[in-house]
Amino acid sequence: MSGSAHGNMNLTLHVWRQKDAKDKGRLEQYEAKGISPDMSFLEMLDVVNEDLIKKGKDPIVFDHDCREGICGMCSQMINGIAHGPDTDITACQLHMRKFKDGDAIFIEPWRAKAFPVLKDLMVDRGALDRIIQSYGYTSAKTGGVPDGNAILISKENADLSMDAAACIGCGACVASCPNASAMLFVSAKVSHLGLLPQGEVEAARRVRAMVEAMDAEGFGNCTNHYECEATCPKGIKATFISRMNRELMKTIPCPPREVKAGGGA
Amino acid sequence: MILDGKAPSGPLAQKWDKHRQDMKLVNPANKRKYKILVVGTGLAGGAAAATLGELGYNVEAFCYQDSARRAHSIAAQGGINAAKNYPNDSDSIFRLFYDTVKGGDFRAREADVYRLATVSNNIIDQCVAQGVPFARDYAGYLDNRSFGGAQVSRTFYARGQTGQQLLIGAYQALSRQVKAGSVKVHARREMLDLVVVDGQAKGITCRNLVTGQIESFWGDAVVLCTGGYVNVFYLSTNAMGCSVTAGWRAAKKGAFFANPCYTQIHPTCIPQTGDHQSKLTLMSESLRNDGRCWAPKKQGDNRAPGQIPEDERDYYLERKYPSFGNLAPRDIASRAAKEQCDDNRGVGPGGRGVYLDFADSIKRLGQEKIEERYGNLFQMYEKITDENGYKQPMRIYPAPHYSMGGLWVDYNCMSNLPGLFVLGEANFSVHGANRLGASALMQGLADGYFVIPYTIADYLARITPGKVTDAHPEFKASADAVKAEMDKLLAIKGKKTVSEFHRELGKIMWNNVGMARSDASLKEALKLIPALREEFWQNVNVTGGNGEVNQQLENAWRVADFLEFGELLARDALNRKESCGGHFRVEYQDKGEAQRDDENYCYAAAWEFKGVDKEPELHKEPLKFENIELAVRSYK
Repeated sequence: MSGSAHGNMNLTLHVWRQKDAKDKGRLEQYEAKGISPDMSFLEMLDVVNEDLIKKGKDPIVFDHDCREGICGMCSQMINGIAHGPDTDITACQLHMRKFKDGDAIFIEPWRAKAFPVLKDLMVDRGALDRIIQSYGYTSAKTGGVPDGNAILISKENADLSMDAAACIGCGACVASCPNASAMLFVSAKVSHLGLLPQGEVEAARRVRAMVEAMDAEGFGNCTNHYECEATCPKGIKATFISRMNRELMKTIPCPPREVKAGGGA
Repeated sequence: MILDGKAPSGPLAQKWDKHRQDMKLVNPANKRKYKILVVGTGLAGGAAAATLGELGYNVEAFCYQDSARRAHSIAAQGGINAAKNYPNDSDSIFRLFYDTVKGGDFRAREADVYRLATVSNNIIDQCVAQGVPFARDYAGYLDNRSFGGAQVSRTFYARGQTGQQLLIGAYQALSRQVKAGSVKVHARREMLDLVVVDGQAKGITCRNLVTGQIESFWGDAVVLCTGGYVNVFYLSTNAMGCSVTAGWRAAKKGAFFANPCYTQIHPTCIPQTGDHQSKLTLMSESLRNDGRCWAPKKQGDNRAPGQIPEDERDYYLERKYPSFGNLAPRDIASRAAKEQCDDNRGVGPGGRGVYLDFADSIKRLGQEKIEERYGNLFQMYEKITDENGYKQPMRIYPAPHYSMGGLWVDYNCMSNLPGLFVLGEANFSVHGANRLGASALMQGLADGYFVIPYTIADYLARITPGKVTDAHPEFKASADAVKAEMDKLLAIKGKKTVSEFHRELGKIMWNNVGMARSDASLKEALKLIPALREEFWQNVNVTGGNGEVNQQLENAWRVADFLEFGELLARDALNRKESCGGHFRVEYQDKGEAQRDDENYCYAAAWEFKGVDKEPELHKEPLKFENIELAVRSYK
């Protein structure tokens, strides 16, 4: 059954359209009619796109995949707020009941120097992958590791590590930050691994490498606006940034020594 | 043709060890000469690419998402099974093996399942070493919970985000290899053809989803880790981009597709709210540890759940399956829910729902404990439905979730095409006709970390590396065919959108090839699907151009493939005149319970593509049970 006509909304959308990375881009206006409050935000865009296709126009391009708030693919500034006007969710889980009939909605891509626009609302977030590649891991090899219960981890640390590990890498923190800083993203990884004995071994090397990679990608610095924390769909706390700074400071008096690998016997 | 799964001889518990000794090795110095293409970066693909890269092979990995971290494994919530027996509740490798074979309704290959159970314990250790923050108790030890189809607690979990954490573990291991230079990741690429040279898989043809360019990649072996196909039903719990395309394109190049009719309908999903719906959201099976399923006893009872007194509620799973209760396997729990709704005792809009009630657990354990266990799931439920699951029971309904069928592979995870390996959900091997909860993550990681690294060497050691490259004319022929298909789709300029066709196909599949299938409904589907396919190629409207980001075009080829594959799924379901696991033929039942026919259907059905609009050829792999007695599956 479809949602009853009662309570359905008509909305005016102002959507960022940009043909490709070189295009200058502009906001265009569309009408979204008969939108049910039970629709997700992306389902509303599906409806608008079907309408555009029927009119022979190019549908709006936007990244999306799991549509259950976990893959981190969707990435839209909705009325100036990353993932829109609800807390602890991504755009795909934002529901139209958060809007009212007659509303104007502005939809834009993530805006950051390190996230170039590819088309319309789709951006290139490869910079986040490259930060993880710099040292966002433990160097455990496949096989030859101890029994899972041989490494005891206090429940407090396991839970705190999980809080940080919940990051979905969507980039909302960067998009929300006036400095386009990736500190929340990087600190979440530094903390997720640094809080566990398996990751603590490489903590000093990790934090230095990741911060260096973050700077090289053109992300800004943290100046304590807390916009990242406010819009993070997984509720990751800015205290992890303090934790990362502390880890980084600890490496300054005694930086991890670069070891040249030597040949064996 | 009678197919041979090549399970090694000897006692069950020694098969894998013996096989590992018998297989050939590739010398460490020679490994870098071999190039391996891994398609898909979910648990199976991410783990395989990371491990093969670490071993020294030259690996290229592909995914359609913008990052290798986003594959749909990430959405798995509840957990991962392993036979650790940490809770001291009598678990063992044999018991995990037995539960999995029985859960799959005796339609899987014994040796493969036993290997899976064996390496399950290594997976947990591996993930811990990578920094997966599994739940721990106050003493610092790993915690376990229970899942459907088992009477032991063998499921490891990281809140309700286990799939995410395991995938991040694999993605980080993969990232480490990217930095080391052994793996190159090609994101935003979709595989559109398998290049086969002299009967061997030698490469793939992809579309670059940003530039629109058709690109060729060669490799000495191709490993498909491309997930499942239940988006053929249109609405499912899969991600929007999940499709059968990679597997189906390989099938069209000669790889056999096995048991396509084995589809899993998951019992606990959030019910549909309207025609606008683009996907369905799963509520983890782990919730059935503490949630009780019920429906009103009275037909058409539309009182609020709180107004229905205890003795007017039917806790139908506890009533029908007292020894497993709410943790009955998925196929059984789904059919039971459908039975309630078909009997006009469903709840919520349209009567398509049953309750999942936490009131008793909250009373017993306190809301805080329930929040700790499933907080993110309750939050997700509230965001979608605007209802508070702590205060009133959740409403749930079954939805397509997983495909047990997939490309046919032997014990080495190699398809009938030499050089083409298939891992994880994309293959057919271990789940039989029904997968148990928390076993998909186990299989993906088992295949990727602990099976393919051994078995691929046995193949590679027999061939010359780099003998066929993209200079071979087959690559150009494949790229030209893909380009021609793109042009054809864009030139139709019909009246209906791609989504409209997908929705229509989904309706045909759900109504005729869904939870209850009959001779008549399947024959109906076999009439409707080709007709819809024909209309698609006459009347679809694919907007935009070729040399740019074009999501309509992406959807168009995925739907085009579903329109061919859906027919095979229905044909396989028609052929299998028995009920087993997720495949339920209404003619073959014993008061609602699936009735197998072991005499005639104890085989894997592997279909050979013979052309669109032509009948595929059926090849059978007889399933032998040497260690388990074939029995009627009972959870009563």
